[in-house]
Amino acid sequence: MAHGEIWTLKEFFVTPNEYIYWSIQIVMYPFMTGVVAGAFVLSSLYHVFGIRQLKEIARFALVFSLALLPVAMMPLQMHLQQPMRGIEIFITPHFTSAIAAFGIVFTVYFAIVASEIWFVYRKFIVETALALREKANRTMAEKLWHLTYSVLTLGSYDISEKAIHQDERAVKILATVGIPVACFLHGYAGFIFGSVKANALWMTPLMPVIFIMSAIVSGIALSMLTYIVVMEIRRFIAARRRTAHEAFQSIEEIRGTEVNVVRITSKYLLFFLIFAISLELLDLIFRGYTALKTWDILRRVIYGKDFFDIFILQYGIGNLVPFILFVIPGLTIRRTVVGVILVLFGVFMMRWNVVIGGQSFSLTYSGFMHYVMPIIPHDMETFNEGLFGALLVMITPFVLFWGLNKVFPAFREI
Amino acid sequence: MMKRRDFLRYSAKGVAGLALPISAIEIVSPGEIFADRESGTRWVFLVDTYKCTGCGLCVKACKLENEVPYEANVTRTWVERYVMTKEGKVWADTPKGARDGFTTNKIDLGEGRFQDVKNEEIQKAFFVPKLCNQCEYPPCVQVCPVGATYQAADGVVLVDRQWCIGCGYCIMACPYGVRFFHPVYKVAEKCNFCYHRINKGLKPACVQACPFGARMIGNIKDPNDPVSKVIRTGRVGVIKDEYGTMPQVYYLGLSREVV
Ligand code: SF4
Ligand code: SF4
Repeated sequence: MAHGEIWTLKEFFVTPNEYIYWSIQIVMYPFMTGVVAGAFVLSSLYHVFGIRQLKEIARFALVFSLALLPVAMMPLQMHLQQPMRGIEIFITPHFTSAIAAFGIVFTVYFAIVASEIWFVYRKFIVETALALREKANRTMAEKLWHLTYSVLTLGSYDISEKAIHQDERAVKILATVGIPVACFLHGYAGFIFGSVKANALWMTPLMPVIFIMSAIVSGIALSMLTYIVVMEIRRFIAARRRTAHEAFQSIEEIRGTEVNVVRITSKYLLFFLIFAISLELLDLIFRGYTALKTWDILRRVIYGKDFFDIFILQYGIGNLVPFILFVIPGLTIRRTVVGVILVLFGVFMMRWNVVIGGQSFSLTYSGFMHYVMPIIPHDMETFNEGLFGALLVMITPFVLFWGLNKVFPAFREI
Repeated sequence: MMKRRDFLRYSAKGVAGLALPISAIEIVSPGEIFADRESGTRWVFLVDTYKCTGCGLCVKACKLENEVPYEANVTRTWVERYVMTKEGKVWADTPKGARDGFTTNKIDLGEGRFQDVKNEEIQKAFFVPKLCNQCEYPPCVQVCPVGATYQAADGVVLVDRQWCIGCGYCIMACPYGVRFFHPVYKVAEKCNFCYHRINKGLKPACVQACPFGARMIGNIKDPNDPVSKVIRTGRVGVIKDEYGTMPQVYYLGLSREVV
């Protein structure tokens, strides 16, 4: 069977080789990169622009974006027909291709995030390493931790005031440089689509900007969600222990900071959300107004076939409802949770409508294709490009974060 | 002590001396190496749609020659049928790429549905064979992230089966829907004018199989080539030139309905 045939339904005049070649994983790719970039931008808002109220969430967002980073390339890798050759993108990049820059942008970005984390945590790393070194008769686990942190110091144990001050400057510089790089990482994911001239829906110079804006929206939303979940867990634990252990603040304290942080962050979320929607609407109106040859088929896709996906799921449930939830005064944690989940869903639907929607009409402009996502996998292909492959990509960052958080505690005062 | 002017002079020399070997190092792509080797050949294709009867023998021959699994619903070349009614409606289809020709008057609407068009309603109808245009500016080559697809000096666009990672970007970038994944090799696949045959002086399988002479191949750089003559002197059209790809498959009798 031809690749793509199993999940593609064809209607009217479609040429023989046309299928939905880019399926759910390619929806996941911009979704995940978007979240990475957004999380990083959120953390930079504190480091660069000194928005104090975001201090709590900034450090967490930074560690979280490191956890998300490897996941950004996972869907790309999973959708390759020759996954073993994926490394060629790094060793023989063909620079006229938008995808070829991936290796470089990705590596640069990784280096920036990793070194920023190192500078942020350096004091903590050194202190922990020294504390463990001094400790008599260490357990096996402690020995391992000691080794980990000693390696992580990279041999620099200087935590004098001057050195720490320099660290802070380094963090600021890295965070500043990181913003354009993060935008580039994601903007260029938009470029991958926007530059495909053969695709009437994808081709627009607005695509990278639209992608960046919705990326920041999704990054902030996911950071907020994870932040709330973790804070709630901590509150729960604090309530059970009923002690003010160093890592566990009192319940009221936790609740107080949480609400505060969430309210401030949601303002930024709203700001970027408005920007993203305006751009998308501009694109839509412009296409309708200029009404090129391809508009006829696009119109039939946008207002017909995909109406529900675009206007109900994406704009309605994914944008409008959370917008209302956030602007009603007296934002509560519960309302925020609902809001950010809907926002995430909205951004996901936007990716879906771009990637799948862009392939739902034929190059003949008079035929349609419909993607039926494989649910129960019966071979590698239907796993990779089906529901479970997508879920695997979804949960991996949380598993990675769980591990990273053990080394770089994202919530404790350091 | 070195004078300031001397110092400047030495530095300038030093920089120039250093720059020379550096400028010798240049990043070249395989395509550029090929392009430098001037070729006396530029393969082009000519389709005479007036002669095509939609028998599909070309599609059959292509599948067998190029080992594209016979039953798989992908093909390097295909034939489209266009039927225009007196009311101005355009119907078009290409069942199985016309591998078995057009066996019924009914238009294939996909998913097992058919459209009946009565003979007396028909204003005009014709067939259009399709294949890779071996574009002069191929977007498929431009977007390949690893350089696995490239243009040979004679204009034919090829895929390196050993190097293709199967990302599908080229499939997305081709405005003509020519590319697909080979069901066996799991890499990008497309028509290459039967490159293995034309380099031996043979005709492509489809050209040889067409009983009506609707398909022709030629060298546009050769002024005496009959195909080249038709393209140079006759009135020929190409498909979707608005993409700036400069397609090199020329058509006689192209109609505005053809997409
Ligand atoms: S027709 Fe398509 S596959 Fe062939 S050279 Fe042009 S862009 Fe590439
Ligand atoms: S599918 Fe193969 S030939 Fe096509 S762009 Fe990807 S690597 Fe290149």
